[in-house]
Amino acid sequence: MSLINLIRIALKALQRNKLRALLTMLGIIIGVASVIAMVAIGQGSKQSIHDQLSNMGTNMITVQAASNLNGGVKIAGSSFQTLTIKDIVALRANPTYITEVSPSVSAKGQAINGALNWPTTMAGVAPEYLDIRKLTVRDGIAFSDNDVLTSAKVCLIGQTVIDNLFPNGENPIGKVIRFGNIPFQVIGVLSPKGFNAFGQDQDDILIAPYTSVQKRILATIYYQNIYASAADESVTDSAVSEMTRVLRASHRLTKAEDNDFTVRTQQELIATLSSTSGLLTVLLTVIAGISLVIGGIGIMNIMYVSVTERTREIGLRMSIGARGKDILLQFLMEAVIISLTGGVIGVLLGFLSTWLVTLLLKWPTVVSNSSVLLSFVVCALTGIFFGYYPAQKASRLDPIEALRYE
Amino acid sequence: MSKKILEIRDLKRDFIMGSETVHALRGITFDVEAGEFVTIMGSSGSGKTTLLNILGCLDKPSIGDYFLDGVDVKSLSRDELAQLRNHKIGFVFQSYNLLPRTTALENVELPLLYNKEVSAVERRERAIHALESVKLADRFDHTPSQLSGGQQQRVAIARALVNQPVMILADEATGNLDSRTSYEIMALMQELNGHQGKTIVFVTHEPDIASFSSRTIQLRDGRVQKDFQIADKRSAVEVLKNLPHTDDY
Repeated sequence: MSLINLIRIALKALQRNKLRALLTMLGIIIGVASVIAMVAIGQGSKQSIHDQLSNMGTNMITVQAASNLNGGVKIAGSSFQTLTIKDIVALRANPTYITEVSPSVSAKGQAINGALNWPTTMAGVAPEYLDIRKLTVRDGIAFSDNDVLTSAKVCLIGQTVIDNLFPNGENPIGKVIRFGNIPFQVIGVLSPKGFNAFGQDQDDILIAPYTSVQKRILATIYYQNIYASAADESVTDSAVSEMTRVLRASHRLTKAEDNDFTVRTQQELIATLSSTSGLLTVLLTVIAGISLVIGGIGIMNIMYVSVTERTREIGLRMSIGARGKDILLQFLMEAVIISLTGGVIGVLLGFLSTWLVTLLLKWPTVVSNSSVLLSFVVCALTGIFFGYYPAQKASRLDPIEALRYE
Repeated sequence: MSKKILEIRDLKRDFIMGSETVHALRGITFDVEAGEFVTIMGSSGSGKTTLLNILGCLDKPSIGDYFLDGVDVKSLSRDELAQLRNHKIGFVFQSYNLLPRTTALENVELPLLYNKEVSAVERRERAIHALESVKLADRFDHTPSQLSGGQQQRVAIARALVNQPVMILADEATGNLDSRTSYEIMALMQELNGHQGKTIVFVTHEPDIASFSSRTIQLRDGRVQKDFQIADKRSAVEVLKNLPHTDDY
């Protein structure tokens, strides 16, 4: 029997009982729709965590002075003084994967404006730092390389510091505040970033040229950190090895010696968080998968009932020349049509409910192609798998008994 | 010289029911030639149904030979039997066995869906032609529930004709109909037999119906009891004319 005839026969058989076909489909529809919607929600939360971190600079690389053995005693890395201007020069010399480099020192202290004061942190950095950390200046200007050269007493101010030092809504730009004993002129206001994922207030900060902080506050020639950015998230690993190589050369480490610094990337953080939400996705998929299987069992159930109910029809078809194979394929085709149609409707419903979730609950969602493909393939397989048994039962009926079946 | 459509030689059929063996057919021999209108009669338990199943290629004999249009049925597989039924036999059942919620035309097309050699266009043409030949040209789109019993049986006959079988096999085809409608069906059968030369094998237990055929084979206890030509076969059309009108009430 040709495929067209087969499809025609199956479609006509389904048309004769539309409601039953629809009810059978319902299990598959709900199954597919829930797979798509749930995976979309899972993917969405994963994406939003990722985006949040991207905003912190996912391609950011941090170098810290490392702990090292000193006469058998391990000493905390931050107390080591290994990162210097030499390293910055070396890193900026001929970079392949590194785009921007900034040293960083920080000092804790009291910011003072007249009678008001506020404990905060002053970060001493190069102008590139703003790009690396994805910070923007809302009002005023950022300091320049020239300010770094002259150790200028200028700073950028974060929103939390403004709220505490300028509570009456005055414009802080141009004002001179003191940090400890040193006066700094405010030349720019940072756009608020809010709290980060770990509850730290990212707006409680003053940013000044690193030379100013080194010379005027800390009196040191060393850096605490070096911040750098990779050209792209995907080349972070290459950038890390490039940095390691350059720093080792700059620190004149022999092959036998360990690194006296550590290089960290944000990707580890992203991976940790992604794996959490990946777990969420798996969980949701399992739940959705169960509903697909239940939908499949629904198909099997109805197909069984259908075979019994249509015994005479099967007998008739056999008596007018249908072979067992034709009957088998007909019932199988019916099951496949039901599950594929259900699959298509389910995909549409999945998109619709995902859209509604985004619209009404404002949850981030991402519909992934793989979940659509997967649920579609699964429901086609469900149709064949659960349709086969009843179809086989139908094909093995004895035409004589089937014709006389009451 | 006419061709033999059926050749049955010493046909036996046994059923094993638990420890007992039931001999449904105990050796039947007869031939049917092309263009004959044969009724097979017999009371219940005479082996009528068993014989019908074998004639219809739904069942195979235990012993003996059965040639349908020259084909040895005994040697065929299940699938080959299905093909044979499709090409050579047109079934008409007592309970019509039409597909519900399906139009007359689609019901008639059904056997052709299982025939690879027939295209969609030809299928439709042949179905229309078959329905016209049973005088249902104005009922193409009616479903079985919209048709009377007689009309449903005519659709079933059209379905039997559509594959141009060598033999129409009717199983108590008038059993569910009142006498007037039965005569109408018999008139149609006689017309198909007389004008179109169709070979018809008609299983019935009503002697009244048998009198419209040209030959009767009577079964009893799995054997042929009588096999005789009917010299003065009645014309169903004539009988219909003489039937008293019953539309008074």
